[in-house]
Amino acid sequence: MVVYQGKGVYGAVAIGKVSVFKRQAAAVRRVSIEDTAAEIARVEAAKALAVEQLSAIHDKALKEVGEANAEIFEIHIMMLDDEDYNDSITSIIETQKVNAEYAVAATSDNFSEMFANMDDAYMQARAADVKDISNRLIACLTDSGSGTESSDEKMIVCADDLAPSETVSLDKDKVLAFVTAFGSSNSHTAILARNMNIPAVIGVGEDFLNSIADGDMMIVDGHTGEVFVSPDDETMKRLSAKQEDDARKKKLLQDLKGKENVTLDGTKVKIYANIGGVGGIGAVLANDAGGIGLFRSEFLYLESEDYPTEEQQFNAYRKVLESMSGKKVVIRTLDIGADKQIDYFRLDKEDNPALGFRAIRICLTRPEIFRTQLRALYRASAFGELGIMFPMITSVSEVEKCLAMCGEVKKELDDAGIRYNDKTEVGIMIETPAAAVISDKLAPLVDFFSVGTNDLTQYTLACDRQNAKLESFVDTHHEAVLRLIEMSAKNAHANNAWIGICGELAADLTLTEAFLRMGIDELSVSPPFVLPLREKVRSIDLNK
Amino acid sequence: MKEFAYTIKDEIGIHARPAGNLVKLIKGFSSSVTIEKEGKPAINATALMKLMGLGVKCGDTVKFTVEGDDEEAAAKAIEEFMSANL
Repeated sequence: MVVYQGKGVYGAVAIGKVSVFKRQAAAVRRVSIEDTAAEIARVEAAKALAVEQLSAIHDKALKEVGEANAEIFEIHIMMLDDEDYNDSITSIIETQKVNAEYAVAATSDNFSEMFANMDDAYMQARAADVKDISNRLIACLTDSGSGTESSDEKMIVCADDLAPSETVSLDKDKVLAFVTAFGSSNSHTAILARNMNIPAVIGVGEDFLNSIADGDMMIVDGHTGEVFVSPDDETMKRLSAKQEDDARKKKLLQDLKGKENVTLDGTKVKIYANIGGVGGIGAVLANDAGGIGLFRSEFLYLESEDYPTEEQQFNAYRKVLESMSGKKVVIRTLDIGADKQIDYFRLDKEDNPALGFRAIRICLTRPEIFRTQLRALYRASAFGELGIMFPMITSVSEVEKCLAMCGEVKKELDDAGIRYNDKTEVGIMIETPAAAVISDKLAPLVDFFSVGTNDLTQYTLACDRQNAKLESFVDTHHEAVLRLIEMSAKNAHANNAWIGICGELAADLTLTEAFLRMGIDELSVSPPFVLPLREKVRSIDLNK
Repeated sequence: MKEFAYTIKDEIGIHARPAGNLVKLIKGFSSSVTIEKEGKPAINATALMKLMGLGVKCGDTVKFTVEGDDEEAAAKAIEEFMSANL
């Protein structure tokens, strides 16, 4: 058994035989020709064929992955029709007296290089599009198709990389999963796989294709990103069980998907999901969460070598908001401290990081960092239903300072003529006992509260979360914590604010009824807990 | 000849789809249209890949020059397209 590790882009297990994706060898030969007009005519004919193929792919994509994802193929058709692109091909044929394939390949290199060298990630990705259309044109010229050996059996398709058009062209009914040696989880191909509900693992590494052959047994675990070639019995047993577990969950999903989060007596509650990066969006949607109740923005800072720019942050926030297409997304501003170190922040080492210089305290002390994040958030607010949430609040004056900063940022955007959603909700975390106790003073200032039960418990019970020795002293259902939550809920509602819970307690099914009785409006849990929680809510009767 | 400037409001700038639609629109007129980003030479506005290659971002100002028999109508249509889409 050989195990490869890549990135899982769709969480499911597939067990089956390998089918290696065969592509027309990219090596295009340069051949001298005499009749340049005939070569140009060949290009024209190939182009017509390529446009025909792309139109068919566009129609297939429209049905399988929706309009927004199918659009790329319409753009491919336009790119094939581009004057400069075509002029370049024609002129290489005429001036160098070479074959059409070579002229297309050379043109492809020039144009894709132009895009690859641009300083904008969106435009860099267009380099792959240029290569994709050019390879199609070359394939049309040489009249050799690409694809997998046709077989009646469902197979696991393995490739070095798959272009978007190749992914969509695969016959969905014959593909169990796909595995690629290269590629990133944000690529168009990964997004398409997610939308097609096909288990996929990408970026397993260069030597992968050398060690597999058609017909090899393989297990693909899209949850963990593991790929097992010729799995042993024990692995086979373990992954089969996981596959059955997936099937059970899928059934739960089918039964509960689209259903309301409503109790037997008709009380409704919102169930949202918590995620820590753009990669979590697939799981949020797959589990039918009504929105994102906590989007941790730290990943942007942790993944970066230096402070992430406004543009980088804006692109990430916009992506989340657009992916959630109008559903609520609550993004929490930077929440780091001495326990979650980031080198370039140069934070001092502290004896007591939980009570130290962290979260909003850093943001209010270093407003340039905070301002960049708020600008990115407000700019992104034009693309969906954003809520902005401040962590570690303990006082009225902190909230007032945050709101003043929001006001300044909005004014800057107004002055620059940049759009944002003026109705963007602003809220705070209730995670310190202080905030809960003065929640009557805080609620009038904000649109919502979200209770972070992990920190609220740690601070209320004076028990360090990191200290394993204290476990027996931490009663996660401690009445003091529950009273603080109830107090916050009352004060929120008295001031027309809503209140959610985004800590671990939100997923604790033994407390769901208690939370509903307190009038909690929203529970935000990690994606796999959304449907079990929905099931629980639907079994509760508050009249009893 | 008609000239006008436009400042991009769309957050990701002139990206693939609006660029494609702009090219389609301009091809419907007989006038020749060039587009110029500050500091770069003007390009023929029907050249899709060059247009995308300009890397026009939010806040950038581009200058259009329209010349031909239907320049009035073309300039008006382009201005409308820009303010509606970009």
